[in-house]
Amino acid sequence: MRRNLILGGILSSLVLLAALISFVWTPYDHAAMNIPDKLQIPNAQHWFGTDHFGRDMFSMIMVGARTSLAVALLAVGIGMGLGVPLGLAAAARKGSWLDELIMRGNDLVFAFPSLIIAILITAVFGAGAGNAIIAIGIFNIPVFARITRGGALSLWEREFIMAARVAGKSSTRISYEHILPNVANLLIVQGTIQFSLGILAEAGLSYVGLGAQPPTPSWGRMLADAQTMVSFAPHLALIPGFAIILTVLGLNLMGDGLRDWLDPRLRVRRA
Amino acid sequence: MLRYSLKRLLSLLISLAVASLVIFLVIEVAPGDPASYMLGMNAQPDTVAALRAELGLDVSKTDRYLAWVTGMLQGDFGTSYTYRTPVSQMIAVRLWVSLPLALYALTLSTLIAFPAGIYAAARRGQAGDVAVMGATQLGVAIPNFWFAMMLVLIFAINLRWFGAGGFAGWEDGLLTGLHSLTLPAIALALPQAAILARVMRSALLDILGEDFMRTARAKGLTRRQTLWRHGLRNALIPVLTIIGLQFSFLLAGAIIIEQVFYLPGLGRLVFQAISSRDLIVVESVVMLLVFAVITVNFLVDLAYAAVDPRLRSRT
Amino acid sequence: MTLLEINHLSLSIGGVAILMDVSLSIAPGEIVAVTGESGSGKSMTAFSVMQLLPNLAHVSGQIRLDGTDLLALDEDTMCGVRGRQIGMVFQEPMTALNPVKTIGDQVMETILIHKAMPRPEAETRARDVLDRVGLPADQFPLSRYPHELSGGQRQRVVIAMAIALRPKLLIADEPTTALDVTTQAQILELLKGLVREFDMGLLMITHDLAVVSDMANRIVVMRHGEVVETGPTSDLFANMQHPYTRMLFEASGHQVQLPAPPAPQPLLEVRDAIRDYRVPRTGLFQPQGHHRAVKQVSFTLNRGERLGLVGESGCGKSTLTRAILGLEPLQGGEILLDGEPVFAGHRPNLDVRRKMQVVFQDPFGSFNPRHKVDRLITEPFHLLDAPPTGPAREQAIGEALTAVGLNPGDAAKYIHEFSGGQRQRIAIARALIIKPKLILFDEAVSALDVSVRAQILDLLADLCRAYQLTYLFISHDLSVVRTVTDRVLVMKAGEIVEQGATEAVFSAPHHPYTQSLIAAAPVLPSVTQKGASA
Repeated sequence: MRRNLILGGILSSLVLLAALISFVWTPYDHAAMNIPDKLQIPNAQHWFGTDHFGRDMFSMIMVGARTSLAVALLAVGIGMGLGVPLGLAAAARKGSWLDELIMRGNDLVFAFPSLIIAILITAVFGAGAGNAIIAIGIFNIPVFARITRGGALSLWEREFIMAARVAGKSSTRISYEHILPNVANLLIVQGTIQFSLGILAEAGLSYVGLGAQPPTPSWGRMLADAQTMVSFAPHLALIPGFAIILTVLGLNLMGDGLRDWLDPRLRVRRA
Repeated sequence: MLRYSLKRLLSLLISLAVASLVIFLVIEVAPGDPASYMLGMNAQPDTVAALRAELGLDVSKTDRYLAWVTGMLQGDFGTSYTYRTPVSQMIAVRLWVSLPLALYALTLSTLIAFPAGIYAAARRGQAGDVAVMGATQLGVAIPNFWFAMMLVLIFAINLRWFGAGGFAGWEDGLLTGLHSLTLPAIALALPQAAILARVMRSALLDILGEDFMRTARAKGLTRRQTLWRHGLRNALIPVLTIIGLQFSFLLAGAIIIEQVFYLPGLGRLVFQAISSRDLIVVESVVMLLVFAVITVNFLVDLAYAAVDPRLRSRT
Repeated sequence: MTLLEINHLSLSIGGVAILMDVSLSIAPGEIVAVTGESGSGKSMTAFSVMQLLPNLAHVSGQIRLDGTDLLALDEDTMCGVRGRQIGMVFQEPMTALNPVKTIGDQVMETILIHKAMPRPEAETRARDVLDRVGLPADQFPLSRYPHELSGGQRQRVVIAMAIALRPKLLIADEPTTALDVTTQAQILELLKGLVREFDMGLLMITHDLAVVSDMANRIVVMRHGEVVETGPTSDLFANMQHPYTRMLFEASGHQVQLPAPPAPQPLLEVRDAIRDYRVPRTGLFQPQGHHRAVKQVSFTLNRGERLGLVGESGCGKSTLTRAILGLEPLQGGEILLDGEPVFAGHRPNLDVRRKMQVVFQDPFGSFNPRHKVDRLITEPFHLLDAPPTGPAREQAIGEALTAVGLNPGDAAKYIHEFSGGQRQRIAIARALIIKPKLILFDEAVSALDVSVRAQILDLLADLCRAYQLTYLFISHDLSVVRTVTDRVLVMKAGEIVEQGATEAVFSAPHHPYTQSLIAAAPVLPSVTQKGASA
């Protein structure tokens, strides 16, 4: 539905805009403590209220958006950057040892949820936002590899690929010239989904202390800080929670909308 | 069927072997020596050497890996660097919290998702479908630990139906134990149920477009009969895949949710171990979790064969 | 007495008119064939009778079965009619059965859903009908799953489901289109026998006039959702009134005149070619199994010759095609073009490949939907060391498009702007553009409507005259092969069982398999056209 695409697009662009603006302007310094003004509920001065150190929640949410988006985007980048070529290569050599190796490798990575990877990395190298990116990114690789391989395999059966082979083109060349553009839609849609999952995963990792470390603001850590105060200052938990939900919701709606928008047109072209 | 099962079993064993090797190697690159870390800066070299021998750190990497794996096969996970107690004991106690929690959540998630997905598919495009899909869209977007905090705020702090955290233990009976796991299980289950319901719905809708569904209608089945008799079992094939994947998310999610409810599960254990650099505990817990995920996926593969006769007769 | 009477049936889906004022009737024991090209609305007529139409469908008129207007029935009552009074057989047997249920369960379901008899009797009945459709108990117990059966066998199961309750009316929507010609003959025979035995009415939907002429009592010809002509089969063929019917008839048996081939001089030589496929291991420690798809095949194709290759699905003709194109290596023997191997060592031989091109079956699948026509048809330039650029390239594109009856201006369009027949012309343009010595036509006209097919065959004949084409024409359609080839190879189970001059093979086949193929192929009646010259 077109409505999904528009609504999702608006929500996502709002978050993106907030993240970009935070580089040049926030209402307050997001790290500035002001104990006398602590734990204010949302009001005219502090639109989202203040936390237990009197820091402006609105500014923290804006800067936190930056962390969330950056981590999720880089994780999608890692997943696509490695997963798509692997998937293309596996499909081009379907049934060969290379295909088998890539697919078994994928299965293995699927047995390591991002949290477990993050635990391992943190245990060995210590905590940081980089861990979250690597952990989520690694988990994204098999996701993109599978979806690329699946889409590519059905294309390899098509006669226009046979025609390209008859024209003497190598499988590598066919993969990027014919296969990749035709699986691009699938990848865009999956990319949006993985992007939103990345935001959820980043929040979870930061919440348990495996993600972004202070002073980098992050929505997950704001929630961890809020936990002990939720009974008397619920806005500390509600506001970062809504930020996450709206961002993820926006991206998911956009993904659904994109799929519906891209898919039927492809069908019309084929039919 | 037997051949298929054996083939899956072989692939399960290979996966476990490779996974254990990966985990071992990652932990191996960790800087620093556990023995000197445990004894502090001023330890005598011979004391450190003695402890290294005691911990089994003084042999080659290959020997250590083999010792670790053979130990695990016999239920011996080594000795915690910090607590000096057998890791297997520490894990066993915690497992009685984490595993029931994940299974509880998986059950809840399936019980919610199946009816919701089937209902929505049967009423495609109607108000009921739109409502269920809207709810799942929201459910997918909610972080489970935040949802857990909200449940605590409402049902524990305000309504006082449940404790705000902690675990009552299984000694006072099954129900007491389950009661203290109920809020965590709901928090874990609802977002997963939202995903599962969406998968169920779209799998059913895909099946509705199949030729054999039209054949069934031509035999005189009503729409509803076609959905139940022919759609559901075919739709189970993709749904099973997701249930298998969800188990790993639920285990991982349980680790996070345990933090919200102060549950003494594997999550607490692993975070304490990280902060005290008790790497052997981290290694063992991670291996256990990976073992659980791989085993569940093996069971899902077997379930496929039960659902799909085409798999049974193939190799 | 009529069994089914359709009066002034009109159908629109989402405001688009699909059927307009369609009327026809069927008596018990009568076979009525509805025929026409794609888009004629023939299948939708069948689905209207079943009331299995897409959402947003709006129907008006009357469909009376034994006097009851089906359009006036509510959905629940209609469910009681489907399967019990009307049975239906579909086009695609491979997907028409539920893969996770046994064939016994699926046949019994028809009986049980109508509560026609208790379970033990239903099981006996299911066994009986499966026996009746030619699936005996010893080979096809009720516990078989669909994937264990071939396409023809699955179609028999579908027929068993449709007739399990002895319906008065059977609807068959292109029941043999997806089947091989020998299987088709058996299924048509089965349907005819069932009609006689149960005194059913049969509404048969088919695009194939030859099938129609063999079995129907009456024929209804449809075009663009309207009935253009109807009448008893023999009368209709003897005296076609409507020009569209005449065109359809002419196009179905369309003949072309090929120029005489030059003196034999070998171009393509296939010698003892063997092609093996790996099959999945039967056990973990079993040796790798192989399936020999092409077994020591030898033949020669001469310069300027048009050679046909016919065979049923699975006979190895597609595998052989890919081997000739150098897409896959042989496991034995050799394939030489102009004396050079198409596959040298482990690599396809590019010097040879630029002398060959191919035209595929599916006019929708053989082009990348994201590229424009000029890029699509110049893809073979990749094979040249110095592909033409600038004006030379433009000129090559223009020439190729003109040769196949399109405009040079079409080069800037996307493929979705063309019809199926035009796409097949573009596929031929792509094959011609590097002026290959040999073109392979792989089922190149099989997916086309008969009128379009006739035009493409004419185009082929024209191109033969203009360019002295050499081609290998691979097809399952005997009538097409008969008219566009000089010599023909008959392939069965990986071997060439007969070869010779096309006319000689078709008029006096030697091998029993060739004889059975030709006997099974439905033929148009040879009628003297009274109305044709009018």
